[in-house]
Amino acid sequence: MPVTLETQNSQLIALLSGELDHHSIRTIREDIDTAVSEQQPSTLILDFHNVTFMDSSGIGLILGRCKIMGGIGGTTTVRNPPPHIKRILRLSGIERLARIEMKPIETEESQ
Amino acid sequence: MKTLNAIRFIFPGISLNEHTARAVVSAFLVQTDPTVEELADIRTAVSEAVTNAVVHGYRHNDGDVELCIKLLADREIYIRIKDKGCGISDIEKAMEPLYTTAPHEERSGLGFAVMQSFMDSVRVRSKPGEGTTVTMRKKLRSIPCRSN
Repeated sequence: MPVTLETQNSQLIALLSGELDHHSIRTIREDIDTAVSEQQPSTLILDFHNVTFMDSSGIGLILGRCKIMGGIGGTTTVRNPPPHIKRILRLSGIERLARIEMKPIETEESQ
Repeated sequence: MKTLNAIRFIFPGISLNEHTARAVVSAFLVQTDPTVEELADIRTAVSEAVTNAVVHGYRHNDGDVELCIKLLADREIYIRIKDKGCGISDIEKAMEPLYTTAPHEERSGLGFAVMQSFMDSVRVRSKPGEGTTVTMRKKLRSIPCRSN
C-alpha cells in the first residue's frame, strides 16, 4: 500500500511509502481526498518517513492537498522528509504553504 | 569524448514506465559506485524528463521514449531522453519554474527546475509536432584510489 491513513483526534495522518511519482500518486491522491472529505480534519499530516523516492509530482501532491485543506479551514504538515526529498521541498518553496516538521520516530521500545 | 559504456532503452511512453526508467538508470550507475545523493539526483532528473514525455509529449498520441545513458571519461554521466510527441513551442517559457500547461492535473511546473538543480547541465531541443530531446550531464565525484 503506497498510503496508510490514520486518524488521531482531528488530525488525519497519511503514512506514505515507496516511490512517489506521477504514476503512483494517482491512487494516493484519491485515497487522501476521500478521507479528507469524509473526516474534515483540522490538520492533514503527510508523513514521508518511508518514502524512498519523490520527484516534482510529489510537490504537486502536497500543493493540491494544501489547497483542499485551506478550503475547509485546515492546515497541512509535511512530516519527516528524508534528505533528498527535503532538497526538492526547498527548491519548490512549499514551506510557505505547508509546515515542515521533523518529529522523532517512535521506536517499538519507546512505545 | 570517449564513451566507456552506454545503453539505450526504448519503452512505451506510459506512466508505469517512469519507475522502469529510474530502475534502468540505477542499474547502469551501479558500475560507477555513486554516492546516495548522486544516485538520487540523477534518478530524480530522469524521472522528471520521462514524466514530461508521458504527461506532455504523448498527451494526445502514443509513442516510445528513448533513454540513452553513457558513462564518459572522468566519471561524467551523459543522459538523453527523447520522445516523438507534440514538442514544445516555447522552450524558454516551458523551463520557467512554476510554469505548467497542466495546473488542473496538479503539475507543479518544477520539472525543468529540478533537472537543472540536480544535474550539471540540461539542454532541451524541441520542435512542435516532432518531439523533444532533453540532454543532461553530471560529473560524479572522483573515487579515491583503491588498494585492490
